[in-house]
Amino acid sequence: MGPLTILSELPEWINLLIAFCIGIGFGFALEQAGFSSSRKLAGMFYGYDTTVLKVFFTAAIVALAGSQLLSYFGLLNLKLVFVNPYYMNATIIGGVIMGAGFIMGGYCPGTGISALSIGKIDALIFLVGGMVGAFLFAETYPLIQTMAMENYKGPMQIDEWMGVSPEIFTLILIIAAVALFWLAELAEKKFSRTEITTDL
Amino acid sequence: MNKRNYMNPYLAGVLLGLVLLAAMYLSGRGLGASGGIKYTVVALVGAVDKQHAMESEYYSKYFENGESPLKNWLAIEVFGMVLGGFISGALSHRLKFKIEKSPKISNSKRLLFAFLGGVFFVYGAQLARGCTSGAALSGMAVLSVAGFVTMIAIFGSAYIFAWFFKSLWI
Repeated sequence: MGPLTILSELPEWINLLIAFCIGIGFGFALEQAGFSSSRKLAGMFYGYDTTVLKVFFTAAIVALAGSQLLSYFGLLNLKLVFVNPYYMNATIIGGVIMGAGFIMGGYCPGTGISALSIGKIDALIFLVGGMVGAFLFAETYPLIQTMAMENYKGPMQIDEWMGVSPEIFTLILIIAAVALFWLAELAEKKFSRTEITTDL
Repeated sequence: MNKRNYMNPYLAGVLLGLVLLAAMYLSGRGLGASGGIKYTVVALVGAVDKQHAMESEYYSKYFENGESPLKNWLAIEVFGMVLGGFISGALSHRLKFKIEKSPKISNSKRLLFAFLGGVFFVYGAQLARGCTSGAALSGMAVLSVAGFVTMIAIFGSAYIFAWFFKSLWI
């Protein structure tokens, strides 16, 4: 039964070896998806390429439905899987700052690492900027600490918040994703930029 | 040799989802990227000015166990990412040093905004306790409200700011 490294008390080096292998798979999947291209990623926000939405939602649903199935068959204890805590102010303000960074830089941290791995120099500079951002955060942390901790809601889960079962919520998310995929395909036709997309 | 096409996005999504599921099953956690950047910075600050790191409330917690901040699940995963991306790029003939940008802007403009974008993104990710990978994607997979709110905030904000930065891309 999973999570393996938690339940079987494997030595730490095995967990780190798993981390390395998961990283290889993660980097491989992002690059194959085309997330190593900033102009492809930026297409999401101008409608000419909606790969981001398709990959992102498909991945979230596979992992969500897959973990529900593993839990149903008694193979995974979901109570032991980390659930992100919700600090309302920090999440919203941080998310808005990230969105601005996304459209300026053309990458997010994961896709930037993916692009660096195939030699994109703009991604290298993005990640150097990212290191400066992490440094600035650490140095300004005392100033924003109070705000960052405000409205703490704990590891709150959306199915409980909506008062539905995880299975029903998963179904709702799948229906929403299919609707979004349909819109995305329409957008790619309406906002088509062949001079960019043939170049990618 | 000509570069190969990217994988079908839905298929790539399934692959990414299975990697995330493997992380949940094997290590009881999701994926991450900005965290790896943070640990690199913490290690650098520790190497350059150990005294500053130990006196700071923010850095000192990463040095408590006496081990290098890089001996951490997220930091090791990020090293793996570079190798995985490289393997994918090699198989698909996409390994090439280049500055990717719209032909309408200069290299220095692209690099300036890439730098600023990185500063903003990772600053925001530290505040929100995760980026598109660790907070939005992994968070959504465990039904965390933080995951859904992060996803909506990142994409909603990028759509609004996209209007101002149009000239960078189209």
